[in-house]
Amino acid sequence: MIGLYHFLILSGVLFSLGVLGVLLRRNALVVLMAVELMLNAANLAVVAFVRYPMFGDGGIVNAQDYAAMTNGMTLVFLVMTVAAAEVGVGLAIVINLYRQKKSVNIEEANALKG
Amino acid sequence: MNAYFWLIPILPGLAAALNGLAPKATGRMAGHLAVLAMLGSLAISSMALFAALTAGHAFQPIDIDYFTWIGVGGLNIPFGVYVDQLSLVMMMVVSFVGSVIFIYATGYMHGDPGYVRFFTYLPLFTFFMFLLVMGNSLPLLFVGWEGVGLCSYLLIGYFYDRDYAAAAGMKAFIVNRIGDFGFLLGMLLLFWYTGSLKFTGLFEAAPGVFTAGGAVITVITLLLFVGATGKSAQLPLYVWLPDAMAGPTPVSALIHAATMVTAGIYMIARLNPLFSMAPVTLLVVGTIGGLTALFAASIALVQRDSKKILAYSTVSQLGYMFLALGSGAYIAAIFHLMTHAFFKACLFLGAGSVLHAFHRDTDVDVFEAGGLRKYMPYTRATFLIATIAISGIPPLAGFWSKDEILWEAFAAGRVFLWFLGILAAFCTAFYMFRLYNLLFSGEFRGTEDQRHHLHESPAVMWLPLAVLAAFSICIGCVNMPLLGYTGFHDFLHPVFAHGAAHGAEAVEENAFLASSFLSEHMLEWIFAGISVVVAVVAILFARVFYVWFPNMPERMREAFSSIHTILFNKYYVDEMYHAGFIQTYFNGCGAANWFDNRVIIAGLNGLANTVRGLADRLRRIQTGLAPHYALGTLAGMVFLVVVFLLCY
Repeated sequence: MIGLYHFLILSGVLFSLGVLGVLLRRNALVVLMAVELMLNAANLAVVAFVRYPMFGDGGIVNAQDYAAMTNGMTLVFLVMTVAAAEVGVGLAIVINLYRQKKSVNIEEANALKG
Repeated sequence: MNAYFWLIPILPGLAAALNGLAPKATGRMAGHLAVLAMLGSLAISSMALFAALTAGHAFQPIDIDYFTWIGVGGLNIPFGVYVDQLSLVMMMVVSFVGSVIFIYATGYMHGDPGYVRFFTYLPLFTFFMFLLVMGNSLPLLFVGWEGVGLCSYLLIGYFYDRDYAAAAGMKAFIVNRIGDFGFLLGMLLLFWYTGSLKFTGLFEAAPGVFTAGGAVITVITLLLFVGATGKSAQLPLYVWLPDAMAGPTPVSALIHAATMVTAGIYMIARLNPLFSMAPVTLLVVGTIGGLTALFAASIALVQRDSKKILAYSTVSQLGYMFLALGSGAYIAAIFHLMTHAFFKACLFLGAGSVLHAFHRDTDVDVFEAGGLRKYMPYTRATFLIATIAISGIPPLAGFWSKDEILWEAFAAGRVFLWFLGILAAFCTAFYMFRLYNLLFSGEFRGTEDQRHHLHESPAVMWLPLAVLAAFSICIGCVNMPLLGYTGFHDFLHPVFAHGAAHGAEAVEENAFLASSFLSEHMLEWIFAGISVVVAVVAILFARVFYVWFPNMPERMREAFSSIHTILFNKYYVDEMYHAGFIQTYFNGCGAANWFDNRVIIAGLNGLANTVRGLADRLRRIQTGLAPHYALGTLAGMVFLVVVFLLCY
C-alpha cells in the first residue's frame, strides 16, 4: 500500500538531488534544471498532502478539508507558473552570460568576487 | 541745526563708499572728494560748536535716537547721537585736524599707485571716529572703537607688499584685541548691573546701583581701562604704536597721534561719573599714565628714526593725559588732548615733509639728515613752532595744557605723579630738540645725491603745516588759569559736574598745599616756573649736545653704553613679549600640533587601519561564485528549520 510517507520520501530525495545539482554542477543550464527539480519536488510534497490529509482517512470529511485541498492545488499551479517565469528570466541571464563569456560555466561569472 | 548731526559721520562715510565701490569713477578725484566731505563735516561741527557757545550755560546735551538698533527682550539699544560739550570738542578736533591732514595727504600721496585705496580708508576712519565720539550708547562707541581699529590696521599695512608693514598691522590689531577684550567685559558687566547701555541711562542708574569705591565699580572701570590701554597705547599694551609708523605719514599724524589713540581718553572722560566712583581705578590710571609718560620719553631720547621718536613722544603725551584723568582732572586731559592733536599732527606732517624730500615712505635716520633749514624753510619753521609747543614753553599751546596737568596732579595730592610728569617733561623737551637739531641744524650729513634732491614740499603740504603751527601757538589761549581765564574749563564743566557730585572723594587734599603759607595762585605760578625752567634746561642740553659740541653724543654713548643699549633697544620689551607670550604661544601650538599628530590623527589612522584589515579578511567571503551563495542560502534555511523545530 503506497501511503503519504512514500511520496514524502520521494519528494525529499528529488529535492536533495536538486540541491546537490545546484551546488555541484558548473553548467548554468543544468543548474536551472536542478532548480526546476527542487520546485517539482516541493510540488510533489504539496499534492501528496492534498491526497493524504494528515488527519482522517483520505476522503473529504468537511468543508475545512475541502478548502485545504483546493488551497494546496492552487499553490501547485502557482509554483508551476512561478517556475515558468523563473526559467524565462534564468534562460535570458544564461544567454547573456554566454554572449559575454562564450561559455555557460557559472564559475566564470565571478565579477562580484570580493 | 540738530537735525543735521547725522550728516557729520555720513559725509566721510559716503566719500569712503564712493571711492571704495567706484574707484575707476572717482580716480584722481578721490582725494578731493574726501577733502570735500571732511570740510562738510567740519562746517556742521563748527556750527554746532558755535550754537553751543552762544547758548552758554543754557546749552543742554542733545540726545537723538534715530532708530532701534538692537531690540531683544529687555535689551533696547537705539542708534543715535549724544552731543554735549565733550563730544563737540572731540568732533572739532577730528574734523579740523582731519580736514587739514586730508588736504596735506592729497599732496603727499600724489602719484601713489594706491591713491584711491588710501582715500577710501581715510574717510572710513573718520566715519568711525565720528561714530565713536558722537554715539549715545556704549555699544555704538564700541562700534566706532572697533571701526577705527580696523582702519588703523588697514592703513598701517597700506604698503602691503612690505613684510614689516604687514606685520606691524597685525601687531596693532592683535594687541588692540587684548584691550578690547577687557573693554567688552566691562561693558557687559555694566549692562548686567545697570540694565542700560545708553550713556544717559547709565549715569542715572550708576549712583543707585554701585557704592562709591566698591569692588564692583572698581572691577568694571579697571576692565574698561584695559581697553583704553590698548587703544591709547599705554603700558603694557603700548608696543603696537611705534611699529604703526610703517603706514604713510598722514596716517601716523591723523590716526596714530591726533585722533584714534585719544579714544581711550575720550572714553574715560565720557564715563567720568563711573570712574569718579572708583578711586582705586583712578590711582591705577594715573600711575600707569605717569609711568608710561616717563618710560616712553626715555626711549625716545636715543632713537634714530624720526617717526619712531615722534611715536614714542605720542605714547608719552598720551601718558600725560591718563595722568590727568587719574588725578580727576578730566578737563585738563581733554585740553591736552586738543593741544596735542595740533602740535603732534604738525610734527608728524613736518616729518612727512622731510621724508618727502628724501623720497622715502617710512623712515629717515636722523643722523643722515641735518642742515635741512636751508632747503626746507617752511617745514623748518613750522616744525620748530610745534617743537617749542610740545616742550612746554609759554605762551605756546603745550605749556598751558601740560602745566595744568602737572599742577592738577600736584594739587590732587599725587606728588609722585607730578614728579614723574616733570621728569618726562625734561625728557620731552630734550628729545624733541634733539630731533629738531639733528634734522634742521648743522650741516647736511647725507650723500651728495640726496642733497641734490632735497626740496621744499609743495604749498598743498606746507600750508596745512602752517595752519597747524598757527593753532599750536594760539590754541592754548582758550584756557589760561594762570592769567585768570578759564573759558575751556567753564565750557566743559557741566559734563563733569554730575560725576563729581556722585563720586567718591577720589583724591585727598594735598597736605603741603593746605599748610603752605603761600596762596594757591602763587604756588601755581611757582610750579609753572619750575616746568619752564626744566624745559629750558633740557633745550639747552639738546643744543649743547647736538649743535655746539657734535661729538658729545658719541662720548656720552661710550660713557653710558649700557644705559644707551637698553634705551636704544626699548628696554627689550618687544623681546620680552616675544619670549614671554609669543614663544609660549608657539610652544603651546607645538604641543597642540604634537597632540594632533600623535594622538588624534594617529588614533584615527589606527582605527581606520584596523577596520581596513578586518574588511580585507571579510571580503574573502564574497567569492563571486553562485554555488557558494546557494550553499549559504541552504545553510540559512537549515538553520531556520532547526530553530523552528526546536522551538515548537
